[in-house]
Amino acid sequence: MAKFKGAVVVDTERCKGCGLCVAACPSKVLGLASQVNAKGYNYAEMVTEDCVGCCSCGYVCPDACISVYKVTL
Amino acid sequence: MTKQDIIKPENLVYGKTKVLTDNIMHYCPGCSHGVIHKLIAEVIEEMGIQEKTIGIAPVGCSVFAYNYFDIDMQEAAHGRAPALATAVKRLMPDKVVFTYQGDGDLAAIGTAETIHACNRGENIVIFFVNNGIYGMTGGQMAPTTLEGMKTATCPYGRNTDMYGFPLRISDLLKEIDGTCYVTRQSVHKTASIVRAKKAIRKAFQNSIDGKGTSVVEFVSHCNTNWKMTPVQSNAWMEEHMFAKYPLGDLKDTPKKRFDEINHL
Amino acid sequence: MEEIKLMKGNEAFAHAAVRSGCDGYFGYPITPQSEVMETLQELKPWEETGMVVLQAESEVSAINMVYAGAACGKKVMTSSSSPGVSLKQEGISYIAAAELPCLILNVMRGGPGLGTIQPSQADYFQSVKGGGHGDYHMIVLAPSTVQEMADFVDLGYELAFKYRNPVLMLSDGVIGQMMEKVVLPPYKPRRSMEEVIAQCPWATTGKVGRDHNIITSLALESEVMEATNIRLQAKYREIEENEVRFEEYMLDDADYVFVAFGSSARICKQAVEYARAEGIKVGVLRPITLFPFPTKKIQELATRVKGFMSIEMSAGQMVEDVRLAVNGSKPVGFYGRQGGIIPSAEEALEALKTQIIK
Repeated sequence: MAKFKGAVVVDTERCKGCGLCVAACPSKVLGLASQVNAKGYNYAEMVTEDCVGCCSCGYVCPDACISVYKVTL
Repeated sequence: MTKQDIIKPENLVYGKTKVLTDNIMHYCPGCSHGVIHKLIAEVIEEMGIQEKTIGIAPVGCSVFAYNYFDIDMQEAAHGRAPALATAVKRLMPDKVVFTYQGDGDLAAIGTAETIHACNRGENIVIFFVNNGIYGMTGGQMAPTTLEGMKTATCPYGRNTDMYGFPLRISDLLKEIDGTCYVTRQSVHKTASIVRAKKAIRKAFQNSIDGKGTSVVEFVSHCNTNWKMTPVQSNAWMEEHMFAKYPLGDLKDTPKKRFDEINHL
Repeated sequence: MEEIKLMKGNEAFAHAAVRSGCDGYFGYPITPQSEVMETLQELKPWEETGMVVLQAESEVSAINMVYAGAACGKKVMTSSSSPGVSLKQEGISYIAAAELPCLILNVMRGGPGLGTIQPSQADYFQSVKGGGHGDYHMIVLAPSTVQEMADFVDLGYELAFKYRNPVLMLSDGVIGQMMEKVVLPPYKPRRSMEEVIAQCPWATTGKVGRDHNIITSLALESEVMEATNIRLQAKYREIEENEVRFEEYMLDDADYVFVAFGSSARICKQAVEYARAEGIKVGVLRPITLFPFPTKKIQELATRVKGFMSIEMSAGQMVEDVRLAVNGSKPVGFYGRQGGIIPSAEEALEALKTQIIK
């Protein structure tokens, strides 16, 4: 079991749906939404609750639209 | 524990740095520029130098960099950013000054400015984004375009008989006495991003310490003009770009080379 | 007590720069103005006033250093001669567009092309009509003495900062190279950083307690670009309204007027002497500002004189502005020499007689 639990918040209006965070996530937590934002991008969103708060998604995000929260269990 | 329990200000471990403005970047989805901007801004925040950092934006895709960095910035004519940075640093030696340039700006039209700023050992930082193509004008051949690589102005692939060879300009800059630190980084993976950020910090510190010119090259992709997805571009970059532009430090001079040039 | 010195125009300019509290000079050697940077290097102002003096790798680089220095609110300058000033045109267009104050000296030599190192006035069009791309104007000052090479530094900076606009001193190889007596201006201290920030709140001096400052000439949206142009044009009209400067020489009773600037004006004054000895009433109108041009003064003169004669070291450039001002109401002649040949006073008078008096 993971010792950490995390959560990802995507600024969906900044997100351009590039998918780099989806590819970078080691826990396969993220996916692209079927919904689109005002610019027409399928923004990223959490698709599972398995986030460990590693921040990989945040690091690779070119649009600085990801915030990561983390708690120690 | 629910998601809502975790998402609380005290649990925030990663977020947008305040040195980036809230403006949404104009870059294409997945563009490396965004990551590099973010890293530079994060380092500026962490080093506490926002008030004394002056940035110089180039001509090219990152022409609007000044809309994203929340610091004072100047927009240079194409290729002239190192000349601008020279003057800013000479006139205000207590400032931290950097240029942000692409391969066309730095390695084609601005070659003279780049080489001579480095040769004078200006205490500035040059951030150099090398994606092997002219992005903003629509994907034309750059001096760094790989052999055989197709662009709008070499649609059958770069022919070295006609157009010469991909220019490893950082290798040239490392030979110049005025540079103290020349490194080639990438921002395509978490680990490489962490390394790139360290390089950015070191470059800024060199500038503060008066060591001479620091050059941080970022081997990057241009997925739009490479006509791939961002994820495919990263893979292509690893396979092809890194072979010609291998990552790592090309030069790292530990000692201070320059005293205050203008006695200011 | 005033100390009278004997020096070249280029040297006087350099001395005056240091004394004006200039923050930085960025240049590249070219004849016939290299004494400017040579004098500055000899003076070592960085030890006394902190002024930066830097030999750049090219004129292109030098003008872009000026752009950056001006963008920091600093008093900066560059100098060059015709081919070098051509190289600076891109930078000047950017400086004008970004509305940055600076001083540029052109010690003109003969062209086109690499031309000759001998004096010329053939960069008039380039100086007053644009030179670089886009709709813009520099304020153009034309010194005709070594004294003015010194005095126009302060005047240039005053106008540059007043209007946030590049100022060009349009000199030539005669004024730059000849030695003449000069009283150098008194020393002014360089402004402190606090004074720079107070005078230029728009400058990139570091984001302290305000929004970030951006210096750019880019405006991709048409509406924004047009608004910029409208603002610039309004500024140029204001400059035309307020800053026209000229010297009148024996114009009160003149029947004919030589219009000439810089070293040509000196020749015309001699020609006036010859003419008056023959009983021909001639005077000289010497534009000191070439932009703004003394159009109204010429219009006023046109109501009471019989004709004009533009004397230039070019194939005839300023004469076009004289003709525009006169607007066909009186004859306007032209006489000029090129390639570094200086027209003589005798030639000027002869041209007046054959073209205008007849």
